[in-house]
Amino acid sequence: MTVFIIRRLIQALLVVFMMSVIVFFGVNIVGDPVYMLVSPDADQADIAAAISRLGLDRPIWEQYLLFLKGAAQGDLGNSFIFGEPALKLILHHMPATMELAFSALILAIVVGIPLGLYAGLYPDSRISKGIMAASIFGFSLPTFWVGLMLIMLFAVELRWVPATGRGDLGTFLGIQSSLFTLDGLSHIFLPALNLALLKISLAIRLTRAGVREAMGLDYVKYARAKGLSTRRIIFVHVMKNIMIPVVTVMGLEFGSLIGFSVVTETIFAWPGMGKLLIDAILQLDRPVVVAYLMIIVLFFVLINLVVDILYSILDPRVRLQDQGA
Amino acid sequence: MSDLVADTALDAATPPRVETPFQRFRAEFFESKIATIALAIFLIIVLLAVLAPWITPQNPYDLAQVSVMDGRLPPGSEAFDGYTMWLGSDGSGRDLYSAILYGLRISLTVGLASGVIALLIGMAIGLVAAYAGGRIEAIIMRIVDLQLSFPASLVALMMVAALGKGVDKIILALVIAQWAYYARTVRATALVERSKEYVEAAQCLGISRFRIVFRHILPNCMAPLIVVGTVQTASAISLEATLSFLGVGLPQTEPSIGVLIANGFEYMLSGRYWISVFPGLALLLTVVSINLVGDHLRDVLNPRLKK
Repeated sequence: MTVFIIRRLIQALLVVFMMSVIVFFGVNIVGDPVYMLVSPDADQADIAAAISRLGLDRPIWEQYLLFLKGAAQGDLGNSFIFGEPALKLILHHMPATMELAFSALILAIVVGIPLGLYAGLYPDSRISKGIMAASIFGFSLPTFWVGLMLIMLFAVELRWVPATGRGDLGTFLGIQSSLFTLDGLSHIFLPALNLALLKISLAIRLTRAGVREAMGLDYVKYARAKGLSTRRIIFVHVMKNIMIPVVTVMGLEFGSLIGFSVVTETIFAWPGMGKLLIDAILQLDRPVVVAYLMIIVLFFVLINLVVDILYSILDPRVRLQDQGA
Repeated sequence: MSDLVADTALDAATPPRVETPFQRFRAEFFESKIATIALAIFLIIVLLAVLAPWITPQNPYDLAQVSVMDGRLPPGSEAFDGYTMWLGSDGSGRDLYSAILYGLRISLTVGLASGVIALLIGMAIGLVAAYAGGRIEAIIMRIVDLQLSFPASLVALMMVAALGKGVDKIILALVIAQWAYYARTVRATALVERSKEYVEAAQCLGISRFRIVFRHILPNCMAPLIVVGTVQTASAISLEATLSFLGVGLPQTEPSIGVLIANGFEYMLSGRYWISVFPGLALLLTVVSINLVGDHLRDVLNPRLKK
């Protein structure tokens, strides 16, 4: 077991290192950020000074080594635009993104599981067919287009909620979040719904498949034979067995929610990491782009590592297969 | 008497009418009304895009034909040049119907090109993995697994952050984001096919490895590849639109559907919905129709679902 974890850890480190090479060299070869930063009437000397201030006059491999050295000490370079450490900027924007992704996850579970339960219990009813058709749309509609429609319907036509931005922050148990104020909740509703749609479809499909499978199993028949009420069978016996895989998969989707939030944040002008990334790409703010991508890579590698280790504890066959390969 | 003999001989000579696999496939495909309609819609969209220069009232990128006087006209307005703008016009006075058809040309080209290139690359890598086995296979599949652990949209975003704007760069980014799906599919199918008797028979006949892989195994892997190909092409079109909407995909000089939607976004809050909504509907019809066709292809081509 320890050998397995060490092997996976080394692999994870290797992946992060490889990605750092790809990301760093990729990002630093495109465009010339200097001309976006100095004023148009700057002379040759000003430009040369800016280049050396940003460290862009050194060979790229030397820049990379400096970056690695800094990264090992938790320094991912300074933003060209803001002059602040890139890591600090990203950490500053992280709570807004986490809040959005978390709300979307809760929304997906609260909306998706009951709908999936209904569709699984009455697979032939009209409503169930409607739910399943809607979930196909949830999978195939582009997120940004759904976001536009949500803004148009709820913010422009009906004027129920504001279209963009983050609302007032409230503090509860020492955590600052817009989830604790009414204004904040009205601001987060649309972006969270937009981000959640794909995951709602996923939750519906997972729950439905689980319910349909479980309803034919012996323990349900036995519970029926004992004379338990349908309500008790479904909510105590069936749900208990289905919730574990569904919640596990939904939890794993948290990483992809953070990835997808780039689109949602841009549409709804939500001040999170995703919006920061898009702005940084457009302004050629390379250190911020590199730092964001490295943090996302790290995030995904960590999630995968935890999942691998958990699975290998739950299912020893995974471990053995890995040693065989 | 002799006539009778001749007739029976003729009957025996003509074999009973057997359906070719393609005819059977065609019959089964058109059984589904939804898939048939979806295919028709997709073909109409392609046709409109190809014929765009001949069926639109203006070339939206020829400055001589565009008048700023026509800016932001609602659907059904009459343009300065006299024709009716059924879908309205955008901020710089382009007829939206014309702009959408021209935009579809770019969106479809990018989607199809990246789909085909990713398919060829993924197919080659998947076949190599399946046929080489051992260490090479282990390394290739590790890379595939690794890449599939990131969402394709995130990989594409990373690539455009690194590569920059432009048609060629977007196609490259989409290919990098999608090849692994094809490689995994081909490898899984090829592994099953490789263990079948016809491959053993071919080996016994002394046919070269290369020929076995490309002439015997590959044709039998095509069914799942086509299914993955349709779904991935739809997702490539939608990804390109997303990236262009975010401003990191295609530049304003290559106005795909995504760029059009992004241009209309700023007018949306002031109630001029049509500039974003009509290009959005075009994108929607394209992506959903391809997905519905792909969904049905999966049912028709999957032998396990057959009796």
